[in-house]
Amino acid sequence: MTDLTSLTLAEARDALKAKTFTAVELTDAYLAAMEAARGLNAYVVETPEIARDMAKASDARLAAGQAGPLEGLPLGIKDLYATKGVHTQACSHILDRFKPVYESTVSANLWADGAVMLGKLNMDEFAMGSSNETSHYGPVVNPWRRKGSDVKLVPGGSSGGSAAAVAGRLCLGATATDTGGSIRQPAAFTGTVGIKPTYGRCSRWGLVAFASSLDQAGPIARDVRDAAILLKSMASVDPRDTTSVDLPVPDYEAAVGKSVKGLRIGIPKEYRLDGMPAEIDALWRRGIDILREAGAEIVDISLPHTKYALPAYYIVAPAEASSNLARYDGVRYGLRVPGSDIIDMYENTRAAGFGAEVKRRILIGTYVLSAGYYDAYYLRAQKVRTLIKRDFELAYAAGVDAILTPATPSAAFGIGEKADADPVEMYLNDVFTVTVNMAGLPGIAVPAGLSAEGLPLGLQLIGRPFDEETLFTLGAAIEKAAGTFSPAKWW
Amino acid sequence: MNMAVRTPDPKKMIKGATGDWEVIIGLEVHAQVTSNAKLFSGASATFGAEPNMHVSLVDAAMPGMLPVINEECVAQAIRTGLGLKAAINLYSVFDRKNYFYPDLPQGYQISQYKQPIVGEGKVLLDMPEGIVEIGIERLHLEQDAGKSIHDQHPTMSFVDLNRSGVALMEIVSRPDLRSSEEVKAYLAKLRTILRYLGTCDGNMEEGSMRADINVSVRKPGEPLGTRCEIKNVNSMRFAAQAVEYEARRQIGIIEDGGEIEQETRLYDPGKGETRSMRSKEEAHDYRYFPDPDLLPLELDPSWVDSLKAGLPELPDEKKARFIGDYGVTPYDAMVLTLERASADYYEQVAKGRDGKAVANFMINELFGRLNKDGKGIEASPVSPDQLGAIVDLIGDGTISGKIAKDLFEIVYTEGGDPKALVEARGLRQVTDTGAIEKAVDEVIAANPDKAEQARAKPTLSGWFVGQVMKATGGKANPQAVNDLVKQKLGIE
Amino acid sequence: MAPRRDRCYTREHSSLFEGIYMSVDTATVRRVARLARIKVTDDEAERMTNELNSILGFVEQLNEVDVAGVEPMTSVVSVKMRRRQDVVTDGEDAAAVVANAPVSEDNFFLVPKVVE
Repeated sequence: MTDLTSLTLAEARDALKAKTFTAVELTDAYLAAMEAARGLNAYVVETPEIARDMAKASDARLAAGQAGPLEGLPLGIKDLYATKGVHTQACSHILDRFKPVYESTVSANLWADGAVMLGKLNMDEFAMGSSNETSHYGPVVNPWRRKGSDVKLVPGGSSGGSAAAVAGRLCLGATATDTGGSIRQPAAFTGTVGIKPTYGRCSRWGLVAFASSLDQAGPIARDVRDAAILLKSMASVDPRDTTSVDLPVPDYEAAVGKSVKGLRIGIPKEYRLDGMPAEIDALWRRGIDILREAGAEIVDISLPHTKYALPAYYIVAPAEASSNLARYDGVRYGLRVPGSDIIDMYENTRAAGFGAEVKRRILIGTYVLSAGYYDAYYLRAQKVRTLIKRDFELAYAAGVDAILTPATPSAAFGIGEKADADPVEMYLNDVFTVTVNMAGLPGIAVPAGLSAEGLPLGLQLIGRPFDEETLFTLGAAIEKAAGTFSPAKWW
Repeated sequence: MNMAVRTPDPKKMIKGATGDWEVIIGLEVHAQVTSNAKLFSGASATFGAEPNMHVSLVDAAMPGMLPVINEECVAQAIRTGLGLKAAINLYSVFDRKNYFYPDLPQGYQISQYKQPIVGEGKVLLDMPEGIVEIGIERLHLEQDAGKSIHDQHPTMSFVDLNRSGVALMEIVSRPDLRSSEEVKAYLAKLRTILRYLGTCDGNMEEGSMRADINVSVRKPGEPLGTRCEIKNVNSMRFAAQAVEYEARRQIGIIEDGGEIEQETRLYDPGKGETRSMRSKEEAHDYRYFPDPDLLPLELDPSWVDSLKAGLPELPDEKKARFIGDYGVTPYDAMVLTLERASADYYEQVAKGRDGKAVANFMINELFGRLNKDGKGIEASPVSPDQLGAIVDLIGDGTISGKIAKDLFEIVYTEGGDPKALVEARGLRQVTDTGAIEKAVDEVIAANPDKAEQARAKPTLSGWFVGQVMKATGGKANPQAVNDLVKQKLGIE
Repeated sequence: MAPRRDRCYTREHSSLFEGIYMSVDTATVRRVARLARIKVTDDEAERMTNELNSILGFVEQLNEVDVAGVEPMTSVVSVKMRRRQDVVTDGEDAAAVVANAPVSEDNFFLVPKVVE
């Protein structure tokens, strides 16, 4: 029998329905793969008992002909998602030993559709990072290595555990979240597919908040079809999230394989950065060619405020984070470090509980909201955000169906390589992805080729609000031409 | 700012060593919204549960929890705004007010900062000198905090989040008040309006209404002085005392050549003093910004209209109507309309009766008796029908006013139909001249000396009237007795 | 510390507007850390001062943008805010509320004594 973990989610789904193997067998195969891959540090917690129990229940439902859309399919869950009774810390020390008494809406949707939980996935602390190096549980190792090198590379971040686990076949698919690129950048770094849906498509209820106006849940998967299947189950209308939008969830999988003929694809000139590596530029051209050859119409467009998205993001996101993370005070849950009085307890707890990057962002956020600076920073950034969104609205109003850009300005880099760099250098990883969050739009990252060093590179497609279907159609077209990418197993 | 300018009234001023001082007062009243559930969660908003029982995971600020606004709390704020004759803002925004405190689980309070739901309005006070208008600057919705208990443990405070997230309306007045009397009147009037509207129970003991009072003093005509804020006053009496003390304290300091320091103070009812709250280690910097978990609150004008259509008649309108329809005095109308239940009671009785007589009997007898028992009108043992029957019995001369008091007491303590009671207990006023005549004759016959004196000095006839009334157990018609006594004595 | 003004901050309509340039000193970092209730060592304050200035320098380019007449974004999705009915649907489980508390007693959270 072939290795069960080599199947895609869609293939495994069909095989389970055909009773080729059982959910328990499939789950055991993944549990074994996870055990063998502990060196990658993709999981911070494995939940084999829960996984086997869920798989057994899935087998019963499969036998009874009551299978859900994800029946018996083993998934990994980013540690940002509240999972009832299971470690949920957003990979921060400050949530030490926190086990929620509730389940996030998105993960609950997955379980309701029959999926099996393998464990909690590593991530940057509170989703703040682009390399998964800020996790309290240590960095994740990218299953990809440079040709002829054994230097350990980052999987990207913040959903580094999710991306590495999918690329390393340690789960069929994973949940992730994206605030400035945290799904798409790691997907690009690991040769996987990641989609950040439109803001409001997936419920934020039960996701540990980083920046409320930007955070959005989405899947990382092995291919476009798998991502479509997962998003269909993750998305819902949730009365518990005021910002969840009341629109029916379409059958995303049906969009995979549709013709792209006649679709107008915008190529924004502002994404051609000075000093951008030639291979990124080449990849972008290849993407353009693929879509043109498939029948899409390519048009040059301008999104003039693009360059201001990242600086505006680094005001808005830290501001919201500084407030969202105020609840971690050692009173109701998580870490408490004693102090001489209540203020001292707060200060000790938060000093010990938060890592350097989180502290940095809390301080920036606190500063930009403080008396006298609000208008100059926060208010101005929110105005710039309006302009960024307007850029996209104008492009779509002019008839563009989707926008094609590179996903990242580079391939994966080495662990520790940017440790001593200026924090801004790390932030530049999100330069292509962050505009999408600022405008609340859907964006998908699809692998489209390998770098000269043999590392995966991704393209990004940006869609109209709530038009994830077109992204799946276009993503599948690129995937069909470019193929899928898997790392050679070395771990 | 469109500030109502009041002519300085010397009667409201405080005499200092250097002359008269005008006291300038503005109030921020926190009124708990009457609702079943909290402002942003489905936990109960009811007072008095076991610790942390009325707490949802949202109220406890568990990671990933999100607020969803309670529509009824919004409706209550709108009703209150309409009751205060205020502008309703169809677009308002919820902001986060960031600070750390153990009873503030989120690390921020959701409030409305720059764009509140209700704008400018007014409250009219019935003061002895006439109507005084107090401007309302704004009303906004916000979350209440939890409660820290400090006396349970030598080194620890206990935190209970039952109050955390309960909806409050902060009602901010303009600095239009000028005396402790006005402060009391304002709080009472506000409470009356809120209770009429059913938007806040006004229960100050349970903390449903608390006031922050800003006080400053100045010489008439001078610019506003530096103000101090007295926090969290939870009774009208304390509010008045606090203002009196604080104004005199400030005058004392200024007259001694000192300066007022802008600060937050607490009123200690035991000592009758305000004292500075332990000076904060650092100035507050609340870092307000729009709550990204919530969208702007946009109101449908037709919804506001329907809420307006559903408003009850408010005390000022009711008062005017009572004066017009029932001929009662403005003072009586004010007393009758203080509580909606009293006003309703009054109207039930007054309909088809002499409104003035009903008002007198209610205010003097019923309210007096209820006060003595510490009961509210809702708990009155005498129903409007019973009270009406008593007033009718006086009106048609069946009983005298004096007997009516006795009859009221019987109905109040024992219950029963007043009419039947009059018959059963023989309380009927004697108007039968034969019976009265007989009694008069007997009294005169028994007191020949006094009769002699009275004939000489007619004013002494009153003694006979009293004796006859006594002899008839108070049931004789006093006018008839008076007439007969004079007739029999041959006076006139 | 006060914002250093370069040209006129209020002239937002001017395309020549260059805005205000700010940088923080270590004392400001300490004040902000205090506001955020994070204890910082001298070394950390020093390091964070540099990092914050690097970030503030980076975001400074926003001053190039003409935002005159632009409404600040309040929400990326243009939908009416969802509301809940006034029904008690939650709570009544104090044990769940304090389940993860570092210190609790009788379903109260316990904290070092607060002096008011």
